[in-house]
Formats: sequence, structure tokens, C-alpha cells
Amino acid sequence: MVENLSGLDTFPKLLAHHAKVRGERPAIREKDLGIWQTWSWKQFADEVRVLACGLAEQGLKRNDHMALVGDNRPRLYAALCAAQCLGAVPVPMYQDAVAAEMAFPIQNADIGHALAEDQEQVDKLLEILPRCPTLEHIYYDDTRGLHKYVQPQLMSYDRLREIGAARYRRDPAFLESEIAKGSGDDPAAMFFTSGTTATPKGVVLTHRALIDRARAAAEMEGLGDHDVALAYLPPAWIGQNIFSYAQPLVTGYCICCPESAETVITDMREIGPTYYFAPPRVLEALLTQVSIRMEDAGRAKRAMYDYFMGVARRVGGAILEGGRVNGADRLRYALGDLLVYGPLRNTLGMSRVRVAYTAGEAIGPDLFKFYRSIGINLKQLYGSTETSVFVCVQPNGQVKPDTVGPPVRGVELKFTAQRELLIRSPGLFKEYYKNAQATAEVKDREGWFHTGDAGYFDSDGHLKIIDRVKDVGKLNDGTLFAPKYLENKLKFFPYIKEAVTFGNGRDWVCAFINIDMEAVGNWAEKRKLAYTGYVDLASRDEVYELVGQCVEQVNADLAADPELAGSQIHRFLILHKELEADDEELTRTRKVRRGFIAEKYAPLVAALYEGERSVHVDAQVRYEDGRTGSISADLQVRDAKTFAPRAAQRAA
Amino acid sequence: MSAQPQIAEAAGGSNVAPARTLGGVILSVEDVSLSFGGVNALAEVSFDVREHEIRAIIGPNGAGKSSMLNVMNGFYQPQRGIIRFGGREFHGMKPHEAARMGIGRTFQSIALFRGMTVLDNIMTGRNLKMRGNLLQELLWLKGARREEAEHRRAVEEIIDFLEIPHVRRTPVGQLPYGLQKRVELARALAMEPTLLLLDEPMAGMNLEEKQDMCRFVLEVNDHYGTTIVLIEHDMGVVMDISDRVVVLDYGRKIADGTPDQVRGNQTVIDAYLGVAH
Repeated sequence: MVENLSGLDTFPKLLAHHAKVRGERPAIREKDLGIWQTWSWKQFADEVRVLACGLAEQGLKRNDHMALVGDNRPRLYAALCAAQCLGAVPVPMYQDAVAAEMAFPIQNADIGHALAEDQEQVDKLLEILPRCPTLEHIYYDDTRGLHKYVQPQLMSYDRLREIGAARYRRDPAFLESEIAKGSGDDPAAMFFTSGTTATPKGVVLTHRALIDRARAAAEMEGLGDHDVALAYLPPAWIGQNIFSYAQPLVTGYCICCPESAETVITDMREIGPTYYFAPPRVLEALLTQVSIRMEDAGRAKRAMYDYFMGVARRVGGAILEGGRVNGADRLRYALGDLLVYGPLRNTLGMSRVRVAYTAGEAIGPDLFKFYRSIGINLKQLYGSTETSVFVCVQPNGQVKPDTVGPPVRGVELKFTAQRELLIRSPGLFKEYYKNAQATAEVKDREGWFHTGDAGYFDSDGHLKIIDRVKDVGKLNDGTLFAPKYLENKLKFFPYIKEAVTFGNGRDWVCAFINIDMEAVGNWAEKRKLAYTGYVDLASRDEVYELVGQCVEQVNADLAADPELAGSQIHRFLILHKELEADDEELTRTRKVRRGFIAEKYAPLVAALYEGERSVHVDAQVRYEDGRTGSISADLQVRDAKTFAPRAAQRAA
Repeated sequence: MSAQPQIAEAAGGSNVAPARTLGGVILSVEDVSLSFGGVNALAEVSFDVREHEIRAIIGPNGAGKSSMLNVMNGFYQPQRGIIRFGGREFHGMKPHEAARMGIGRTFQSIALFRGMTVLDNIMTGRNLKMRGNLLQELLWLKGARREEAEHRRAVEEIIDFLEIPHVRRTPVGQLPYGLQKRVELARALAMEPTLLLLDEPMAGMNLEEKQDMCRFVLEVNDHYGTTIVLIEHDMGVVMDISDRVVVLDYGRKIADGTPDQVRGNQTVIDAYLGVAH
């Protein structure tokens, strides 16, 4: 559908357009009290109007910042748009962040207004209040448990609406003039980067940038107001904002907010989204669940599943790509679709999915092919907060597991001598908030954004990313060492949840391994292997054998690649605890913080390189309620078999 | 640790609104005695319960706590004494009368329908509120449909309140113990009781489940204004959440007062710790 949206250069203007053109169509749904409640575009626009008037009455002004802390709720998105109506800049924050992590953005942006979803978030904001004197207004949506709070900063969402409604009655023209003052070059939102390396930086994105990228991708995939998406990832993440706010406002599609984090799978089955995004870890968790349930199924069902999954692996991808497949295989696949793939897609809630994206980290080829082989059009994309997500997307029919596709319309790419990827695109961020130096470091005079990612184009012009430029190192003998590439190869095994590799400036490569409790636990159960808990299971000889086989498999693969044959993993150990964001070992988006881990577990790294057989460790852990405790254990250190480059080639 | 002081401040510091106001006496137990054969389970026990309060009954094993609760909702008929509730005087009421008058309860050992889903179990709590007759229900007439929708809404609100939407369709038998206890509380709430009797709501729970349950008891009391009488073994829990405490020992009342008064009472300490004879 082609709509004339020219002149609509901000999100509030787009909202007004949808309220006029498709006022009765669903804009946003929320499962509440077990029933899907629908807000039409008109209702959503009305809510935003009242809220914006309320916020104005409370003193929110152009260029102020407003924090949004909570899960995906219609009211959170309404507040986001309401702030934009007034020319203020919404700052969504991770709802699972601990209080201390929330202080920096509030101080950095002098935030005066915040919307908190419930008591949990209010408590966190109140805790940091003494350090954030600018925070004068905290609005809360769910009133539960908050009746007795009398802090003067607090006000319920409903009260804010009442104030807004009164203001609107008094001065109905006010808001429209405010909206009209907005321009595409105004900042639309600010997202704080996860801070893998340093203190978080506020990435300022303009309306123009977000709208341009949202539209480029929507046009490429043919998204329209008949599409439906599920909003289930943290709203503070740029991707969620693109999929649940920017793109719906550009195309008019409907988003659905699940009841709670625990009910996402059920809710997704009820909704049947047509447009879906999932980071690889979510896809992996779903596949693990399917595999476990299949292992518990009866023999006949299992045989049928195994047979047809074999067919799918062989021809499923080609059929989805529109490639050449012989008639007999087509028939087998059709039968499989009836008996296995169709019901499986239904169980996963993906029966209606037309376009599914994954990004955020590398996805294992087996995992990726699994979804494609059962007929789900899963594709990879490349982008970051600074680029309003869409830089590269795999086009339908040209999907290769190890690349992220060619550039999306409007994007220019080039590489430096160190293979660093540079991007120029209308979707680039405006600046890092109050941090001109950091902005200048990554955005040069000609407008090229230095991504810090190392990669290259393959023969078809598809982008392939291998690692961060700064992480790509060298072993003492000069061999290329790409830690993330190795870690990803390890993590593609279901038994390995996280891996951390070391090798830069060393003689050889070593690794920490985190086992996947669910997968290894299940494996142990099948073998009648008794264990008392995570620490015990992780230290079992049998588990070391199992992980050792995975490491050797990776080594065999590496040996076949002349560039990377030298970076095979010589020694490894299995960590006694899961790496956790609460312990600062992972970022909130679950990327490993290699430097921090190397420092925190320095004795373990030393043991790996000094050839010891075992090492004692005492580690502090932080529980979800903020208390700390400690775990101690004796860890084994094992050698892994490595392969001579040629021998492996012969074996493969 | 960092979250603790703020919560304490929010709940009890200077930043807090005055505690909910306790109303007049809504239930009083006067000189109640109950015996099974030669065993005196309760002997001349008297106390009262005020509107909106959380009233705890504590005591060592065999002190008569559950018997007291069973007398209050009509499970047992006392041989002597009266109970005043809702402006009426009872020498012993029937369980269904108690329920109709707005007394709900949970049991020490979970009494749910294990094969039924959480939703259906809680729905049974609405039984007394249902007005439609069998014929209307069978023919699925408009009135019956509307009534069903109303009850479902009430139940869904409770599901939301007690944070169990993710297990809405799960058979109760498959749930962990702590959640089953929560479902039982939900079912009792579904009848919209004015007085809720909880028989050891935290028994057998781990620390986290206990904390959750405490929070829910307090929130029920705060949000719905429900008067709560609870039996509990865990002294920490009792002292934290109750307004007033009755202490029983060998069927007799040995103390009655605020948690602080009871804590300092020598007779109570002796009953719990034993005395050298």
C-alpha cells in the first residue's frame, strides 16, 4: 500500500495521520485479565493527547528528557509519544537494571520526569532519588502496593490523565501547535548504550533518522497495516523501539504486548504475529524446548520427526529460497509440512510469520537453518543503536547463514585498512549526548560512522562480520586471533552456554566454558548421572569429557581454515557459576565482558597458561534482590586435542 | 542489601501515610470450649477481631489453633460459648452459613482439585455468587453467558493480583507447592470474603515463597480491606505482619495483644521454650 506520508516528519504527526486514515484499525493490543484488549489508532492518539497535556501541565518542556522504565505496555508507548508531542526526548531504560545503573542516565540527561511501570520500578527510582535531585516527577502506572507511598514526587498515571484532560478542555489548541513546532531534525529519543567498554553513552536519534530507516526496511519487506508484531523485548533496546514504535507508526501495523514475561510463548500462539524479531538466544531456547519435548515423545512420533527433519534439512532451505528441488523431494516435504513442520510452526506461534529477523549476535548455522528448513523466513540483519538498526538485511531468496546480506537502500559502506567497517546512512545518530569527544571519535567529518566491527564483503557483495576490530588480536607467533569468532563457534553447541577465550599476546589460545544447565542437566539425567547442582555438575569428569569433545570439534573445523588454524584451543576449564549481568560479567544484552572477566578471574587464566591441573576459586555473586554471597570450588583444567592443519583437512 | 532501607522507609518511616484505620469488632469469640471425648481442645477462649486487622493465632503444637479456626467457620460445633459475627449470635454455625456470611478460608493441607486448572479451581470459589439456575446454564442463555463473563472477570482480577497468569491453564497438580498455596488463597478470595481465615499459609515454604506470601497477605488486607485471621508457626512472619496476636497453649488463651506485648510476655516465652520444673 502506498500512502502519501510526505510532510509527516515526526512520530506525533504520523500518529495523527493514522488516527485519521485508519482510526478504527488496531494500533496496539495488550493482554489484560486474560483477554486481549485492543486500542485503535484513534484511541491511542486520544490517550497520547491527554497524556501530553498532562505532562505539559506538570512542566515537561521542549528538549527536556523523560525516563520510561517498564515493560512493553500501551501506556509506556503512549507516554513515549506524548513526550515527543511536546518536543521532549523520551529515554527508555532497561526494566531489569538495578537502581544504581539507572542513576547515570538520569544525572547525565538532567531528567526531571519519569514514568515507572509499577512498585518495583518506583522503589528503584526512590532509592536513587538522593543522587538525582533533578528528578521531580515520578508517574506510576500500576498502583498496586503504592497506596501508602506519600513521597511528593509520586503521582499516578490516572491522576496525570485527569490533569491532562482538564488542561485539554481549557486549551484544546495548545497541543496541536506544539506538535506542529516539531521537525524531523529534532531528537526523537535517546538510548543508552549497554556500556560494554566504558560508562554508558546516550545515543541521540532524530525523528528523520528513525523514520527513514523504519521506512526503508518496511518497504523492502512490504509491511503494511495488516501486519502484526509481538512486543516482548526490553523497550530500552533500539530494536524493540524500531519494531514496536517506529515501524508501526510508519506503516500502521499493530503490536501486541504479552501479559507477562512468563506467558510470551502462549501469547505468541494466540496472536500469530506476521512480523517477528528474536535474538539468537531466544530462538535457541525455543529449539532446545522443542528438542527436549521430542526426546520425551513416543517412539513412533520421534521416528517421524527425525525422518521429516532430515528431509527438511536437505531440501527445506532450497524450497524456501525458491531453488531447484526434484518432484519426489517436494512431495516428501509437502507431507512433512502436513505432519511435522506445520504443527511445529503452530506450536512455536510462527504459523503466520512472513518475515522474521534475528540479530544482536552471531547465530549458529544449524540453528539458523533449522528455522528456515521448517518454512520460517528467518533472516539476519546488521545494525546498531547508532545506525537506527537497519544497515544490512538479507533479501528474500538470497539468504546465506554466514553473512548479514547487502546494504539496505540509502546505506554506504566501506572498510579501513584494518578491515574496520565504516557506514554512512540517513539513519545515523545525531550525537552522543553531552559527549562531543566520544561523538568525534566514531563519526568523522565526512559523516562516516566507525563501527569498530571488522569484516569484509563476500563475492556476492554480502557483508560478513568476524569480530570487533579492537578484539581482533595476534598470538605471539603472529597468528590472527578473533576471540568472538571462536566463542561463537563454541556456543553453537547446545551444551555450551557461554565461552570466553584468551590468546592475544599469548603463545596459544585457552578458553573458559559455561555449561548450559538445561541441556547438560538433561544429558546427565539420560545417563543416570547424579548431581546436586550447577557447581557439582560443572565439575564432573563426564561433563568435562563432553565439553572436551565440543572443543575438539571446533579445533578440527579451525584446522581446515588456513587463516585460523593456529588459533585452536589448547586448554580449557569449565566455570563453576553462570556468567551474569548482575555480576557485571555480561552486559545487559548478554555480551561477555572479556576484559572484566580476565581481571576478575586472573588466577584461573594464570592456571590455564601455567599448565596446572586444577585451581581453587572463590567468587562473589550478586543475587537478584541485591544481596551478595560467595561460591568457592576447585576447578579442573584440561588439555584439548589440536589438529595439524593438513590432517584435519584429510579427515574432513 | 541496598534496596532494603528504602523499602523499610516506604513501609514504616516518616514518608508514610497513617496505617489503615481499624474498624470496630466484627467477630468475637466468647468463652468457647470444645472437647473431643476427654480431650479439651479449647477451654473458655475469648477474643475479638476488629475490622481490617490482621489477627494472628499462635501457639505450640496441639495448642488448639486449628480447632479455633474450625470453630470460627463452623467446621466444629463448640460445646459451650458463643460466636458473634455480622450482628448475629451463634452457638455453632454450619460451614455453608459461615461462607454465605462472608467467611473464607484456606487449609493447612492444600484442598484443591488437583486435576483442574488454576482458573477452574478459582472459579469454584465463585460458586456462592452464582445466581443462574441449571436450565439457564444448560441452554447457555444470554443471562448465563453474561454472568459467566462477570465471574471470569472477577477471577482474572485475582489471578492478576496474585501474579499467577502464567499458570492460568495449568492443572493445579503440576504446580510447585508454593504456587498451590497461592491458588488456594486465590480461591478463598474469589468469594470476596469480609473475613479470611488462613491456616498456616506459609507452612512448608522456602524463604522466597514465604516472603511472597507475606506480601500477598499484606496486599490483600490493604487492597481489599479484608480482615484476616491467620495461624502461623513462623514467629518472624507473625510478628512482622500482624496487628494483634492471640497465644494459645493447651487450649487456653495465655496472652493477647500487639506483637511487642506478646513477645515480652513471660508466660508466652515459657510456653514456647518450656520451663524447668
